[in-house]
Amino acid sequence: MYKYDEIDQQIVDERVTQYRDQTRRYLAGELSEDEFRPLRLQNGLYIQRQAPMLRIAVPYGMLSSKQLRKLGDISKKYDKGYGHFSTRQNLQLNWPKLEDVPEILADLATVEMHAIQTSGNCIRNITTDQFVGVAPDEVIDPRAIAEIMRQWSTFHPEFALLPRKFKIAVSGTKNDRALVQAHDIGLEFYRDSNNQVAIKVWVGGGLGRTPILGTVIREHLEWQHALTYCEAVIRVYNLHGRRDNIYKARIKILVKALGIDEFRQQVEAEWAHLKDTDNTITEAELARVAQHFDAMPYENVPAHDASFDAAIASNPAFAAWVKRCVHAHKQAGYRAVTLSLKPHGQAPGDISSEQMWAVADLADEYSFGELRSSHEQNLILADVKLSDLFALWEKARANGLASPNIGLLTDIICCPGGDFCSLANAKSIPIAKAIQMQFDNLDYLHDIGDIELNISGCMNACGHHHVGHIGILGVDKDGSEWYQVTIGGKQGNDASIGTVIGPSFSADEMPSVVQKLIEVYIQERTPEERFIDTVRRLGVAPFKAHVYAKNEVVA
Amino acid sequence: MSNLIKLNNGVASLVEDDWTLIQLPATQVEERKQAGKVVLFKLTGEATVTDAQIADTVIPATGKIILPLSVFIARSDEFKNRIAQGEIGVWLATHEILENLTQHQADLNTLPIIAIFVERFADGRIFSLGNLLRTRFGFKNELRAFGDVLRDQLYFLKRSGFTSYLVRADRSAQEAIASLNDFTKPYQGAVDEPRPVFKRYNRGA
Repeated sequence: MYKYDEIDQQIVDERVTQYRDQTRRYLAGELSEDEFRPLRLQNGLYIQRQAPMLRIAVPYGMLSSKQLRKLGDISKKYDKGYGHFSTRQNLQLNWPKLEDVPEILADLATVEMHAIQTSGNCIRNITTDQFVGVAPDEVIDPRAIAEIMRQWSTFHPEFALLPRKFKIAVSGTKNDRALVQAHDIGLEFYRDSNNQVAIKVWVGGGLGRTPILGTVIREHLEWQHALTYCEAVIRVYNLHGRRDNIYKARIKILVKALGIDEFRQQVEAEWAHLKDTDNTITEAELARVAQHFDAMPYENVPAHDASFDAAIASNPAFAAWVKRCVHAHKQAGYRAVTLSLKPHGQAPGDISSEQMWAVADLADEYSFGELRSSHEQNLILADVKLSDLFALWEKARANGLASPNIGLLTDIICCPGGDFCSLANAKSIPIAKAIQMQFDNLDYLHDIGDIELNISGCMNACGHHHVGHIGILGVDKDGSEWYQVTIGGKQGNDASIGTVIGPSFSADEMPSVVQKLIEVYIQERTPEERFIDTVRRLGVAPFKAHVYAKNEVVA
Repeated sequence: MSNLIKLNNGVASLVEDDWTLIQLPATQVEERKQAGKVVLFKLTGEATVTDAQIADTVIPATGKIILPLSVFIARSDEFKNRIAQGEIGVWLATHEILENLTQHQADLNTLPIIAIFVERFADGRIFSLGNLLRTRFGFKNELRAFGDVLRDQLYFLKRSGFTSYLVRADRSAQEAIASLNDFTKPYQGAVDEPRPVFKRYNRGA
């Protein structure tokens, strides 16, 4: 992964100094609440219900074992001994003290980490596929460009105070796993007819209060122009995006208001001036950064391993884990492994300091000292030898990291919700836990098969509920917490926004509502259909009818 | 003491302000709210200037003055000679349209100063305006930020081409100067240094 040089390190160190002084001035009363707010937000610090929340950047989800070990130390020293992986692949601390944040940043800087632009109205952490670099369906590894974009967007002076937050995702796979259509800008890398690296640019997607999938603004962009083209897009947005109404301030609203054709024309007019200016990426810079993402020094191992096959045959628990948590790999004899942060009955995405240390050790022992976080809020060891899987599984299981539920109903994407977040209308974690306990039967979960259930505690949609096959949204009705249910949302190349099935439910009703949705699926599915396929074939009606039926006896 | 910071060959210092800023008189007309109207998108919730305001603006007969854009355009016949003598600058607010200025005044460099008024410090349009004035329209003279100008935006203003900063009156400009240099080696090319870091340094293989 990318390693800092002196220039990178100096910027992060100077940020610590800058933020230390900003905090000092705030505490001394030299900065008002309103003046300090954008400063602390652009450093990932929210003021929450119980304590501040600090969001630490994990650029495009890549972590070294050294970094994770330090995160374990920090969460132990400054927090309550745990952290939370978010749907933007970042790590959140729920209980730091505002006064301690400069020290936390200084600790982070020792392992090439920071909290720069993890919140606020600026370009946020750039996200990508958690299997980047190892996925068999990958065409282009976009991490080098993602790192170049991270550097370019860090303290970009023109875009320091945008109308609203700005999220960029990059993807280089045939099957999109990075939600490029749900971002302010989505960059889809591919090889063009001349076998050159090119980018399909999506713009104006986003979840939140007004969920909209992005539109293609440019089918073909040469990779050299990634920065200048984004500058053109964001300049048009910076100048013309609405600043009078926070709910109408995202770029998607501007794109819809102008229409994609007019918006594209304005961007192209701007880009005519910016194209080939100094921020054009050079071959040399791409090569310099790309070497940090060279393939790991894989051993030449056979594609099959007898001990692995034997363990599968003799140990059903291991076999179940392999089925759900082990993924195909470019390299023969290697696999990617997801360590589930979704054990039943715990807050999705939460991880203790001890688990962080344990995962760091596992990464060192089995996966070249690196790991990734996913937007589904799990951790991934990307480069594990087939012959090591059994030993890894035993250690992961001993640390509560081997729930065989990846991609199943209990692998719930969930925001921190009303337990922590001051924006939330309703709690989300207790709903996730209740659903996990309702479906705490592995055979049944495996029978239900691939399904994505996403929960957000408010319409800001951190839990990506719009693109969940089942989406649950916390809403406020006369001061009490209710839950609106959508079905038919989906991430990926054929992304869609879910449809609301009807009036909302109380928290107590939610496990049985999900149960009823699953019952309809089980009854109606064809042998090869996943839940989402059945919903797309039948539409909302039969699901709605069963969920809202009164006193119906289920056959 | 003056609260005006000025960059001179990259060195910042507090200087006396030898320009007088001319404001439009207050208006009785209510602000135009254009929520949802595409054509007037950028005017949403922001005040428009009336003909009466322009007519009623008092222009001092002598001295160096910075005029509101609307007055500068509508009444330019009154101060043609003074433009030639370098006594006239222009200011515009962040929601005003830069092209209105550039279409009216073909050679911006006859103006010794252009100033941008930022009503709220969080309004980042000022950065794009500075960038466009420098890189698109070739403005070379003093570019000033005034209004809700605070210490923690100075670095970005500098990088966006601004060379003077009238810090909000209740804050210490003397202390704010330090923040112009919060970062020594910025990553991306911008107005003050167009080359990105990978074109300025050999970062090794």
